[in-house]
Amino acid sequence: MANDPNDKSAKEPNTGSEGIPAPEGPANLIDTDYVIGQDNITASPLGINVDLHGKVFTISSLVILFFVIITLALQDYVTPIFDAIFSFLTGNMSWFFLLAANIFVILAIGLIFTPLGKVRIGGAHAKPEFSYTGWFAMLFAAGMGIGLMFYGVSEPLTHFGTAMGGTATENGMRTDWAPLGAAAGDQAAAIDLGMAATIFHWGLHPWGIYAVVALALALFSFNKGLPLTMRSIFYPILGERVWGWPGHLIDILAVFATLFGLATSLGMGASQAAAGLGYLFGIPNNNVTMVLLIMGISLVALMSILAGVDKGVQRLSQLNMALAFLLLGFVIMVGPTLAIATGFFNNLASYLVNLPALSMPFGREDANFSQGWTAFYWAWWISWSPFVGMFIARVSRGRTVREFLIAVMLVPSTVSVLWMTAFGGTAIDQVISDGFTGVQDAALELQLFVMLGQLPLTQITSFVGIVLVMVFFITSSDSGSLVIDSITAGGKVDAPKPQRVFWALIEGAIAIALLLGGGLAALQTAVITTGLPFTVVLLAACYAIVKGLMSEPRSG
Amino acid sequence: MFKKIMVPVDLAHLELIEPSLQAAADLAKHYQAEVCYVGVTASTPGSVAHTPEEYAEKLEAFAQKRGNMHGQPVSSKTIVSPDPIADLDNTLIEAIDDVGADLVVMPTHPPKHADAVIPSHGGKVATHTKASIFLVRPSAGK
Repeated sequence: MANDPNDKSAKEPNTGSEGIPAPEGPANLIDTDYVIGQDNITASPLGINVDLHGKVFTISSLVILFFVIITLALQDYVTPIFDAIFSFLTGNMSWFFLLAANIFVILAIGLIFTPLGKVRIGGAHAKPEFSYTGWFAMLFAAGMGIGLMFYGVSEPLTHFGTAMGGTATENGMRTDWAPLGAAAGDQAAAIDLGMAATIFHWGLHPWGIYAVVALALALFSFNKGLPLTMRSIFYPILGERVWGWPGHLIDILAVFATLFGLATSLGMGASQAAAGLGYLFGIPNNNVTMVLLIMGISLVALMSILAGVDKGVQRLSQLNMALAFLLLGFVIMVGPTLAIATGFFNNLASYLVNLPALSMPFGREDANFSQGWTAFYWAWWISWSPFVGMFIARVSRGRTVREFLIAVMLVPSTVSVLWMTAFGGTAIDQVISDGFTGVQDAALELQLFVMLGQLPLTQITSFVGIVLVMVFFITSSDSGSLVIDSITAGGKVDAPKPQRVFWALIEGAIAIALLLGGGLAALQTAVITTGLPFTVVLLAACYAIVKGLMSEPRSG
Repeated sequence: MFKKIMVPVDLAHLELIEPSLQAAADLAKHYQAEVCYVGVTASTPGSVAHTPEEYAEKLEAFAQKRGNMHGQPVSSKTIVSPDPIADLDNTLIEAIDDVGADLVVMPTHPPKHADAVIPSHGGKVATHTKASIFLVRPSAGK
């Protein structure tokens, strides 16, 4: 596996890194004296081995504990504060979120077509560790999973409804929630606009955000030899200072963002699974059910963690992809097949047509939509990006940058279009053709099941839906624990297993605590608040990616 | 009786595996066997090496050094795993066949309660291979 001295594509490895052979084939290692794990604390309390980054682990776990306790104990006092922060950030900073997301998408798509796309992650001769199907499945399960189940029906329907409603103004301000200029009374136009707006939130932009983070992490870890944590991305900017407090802060921020993002998603998953069980089996949909669900699912997640990435997350993700495609296929076959088939291309076209207007950061008239929906989504994706990005990075060694970007950007975006068209399109069709408004009237977490209830075999499909939500929950919790553990262990991926177990339990506990405390609003605020500084981190990552890729040899 | 002895090595914790290295060397001399040092590393940079290739070089150097000490033929094998902690047992079990070892000498910790949830690597490996397994406790020789 040593470097082939006759390698034609070989460029001399960095002369500064004597004694360190390049990764498989030529690559350009960064020379640093930092030894991964040098700031770690190792101990064996109660016979359990731990190996942690003292500062990052201690500060992030204490602050999170503090946040949960404060939220639960002083709910009446902190809720208004959270609300104020939330509306300030989405109201005043939405241009920043929108602008930044556009930059990420443009960079990610641009890199596909530049010669830099030939750089291979892990060195010019690195071999991929997972098959295409396993890889795609993990990308998708980690990146969206529960969100697609939760919003697949409700979001297209909502935008369709507001677009049909037209615009309403009060004192010169738009008070409606319709995207862009709405489409009052024009059914076809309202469908187009509603689907375009939904796909906009689930298409290129979120995946562009993930791609930037994942690519930066993979590049600086696999090709440059730095630890797999967020701070490594800042090496081109901060130099050796990334190993000190600036780096600690970046990593702590990444832990927050990951935990809050995960807890939001887990809370959504638990409430949807509980709603589904209540709808299907009449199991009371209350807090007891949800707490039991979270505990039960967390236990399964623990088993998956103990089984490792290969046998745990990968297999579950593949199972889930199979189930998800079955469900998708069923909805397409049994639902309005023709409408979905034509709708797919229609929606894709209207997405592309409306893309410039929807992604415009300045001079927006649809303030409610662009701030309340788009800016929130962007902040959510961004605060989730360290988690998804790190996980994607970890399983993507051996792919070229071009292959990586196509797989992370275009494939999932296309699947999102199809998914939204099938689920949202069917629900809209039920409203238009059958005059069935049950879905619109149902609670958010129930909408998927009510839509399926109008199709045949509803018992089976609803059950598959519930299983899907649960397995997505498991894979999120599993991969999330992996990521947080690696950040809090100073970038070590071979830290002792009990640490992963610890984080999986903490995630479950946060989800329970905040659900019981009614703290979903608090969670969303936390997501947005960590999203803002992280946008700056990501903009820095863009610079680092280009700089890092420029110094890499390109493979054929 | 034994022709090839496989010794799993953790380059990050050499002090913990010293007793098993010693036992493997003595057995190799007694049976005139080859010693194969096996290391499992992540594909991401770790505390021992920045890349799997650097790890492989360090492991080979380590094997040669040990070979000079005990005089028996040595070899080394580096296995890259995306998740070296969770997959360690299976990786080692596969490695036994790959290198063709008939005896494995590996360190293990004394039994403890946590084993019920996270079993020891040595115990797991021993139940999944035809090769003979020699588990060395850390207290050996003290």
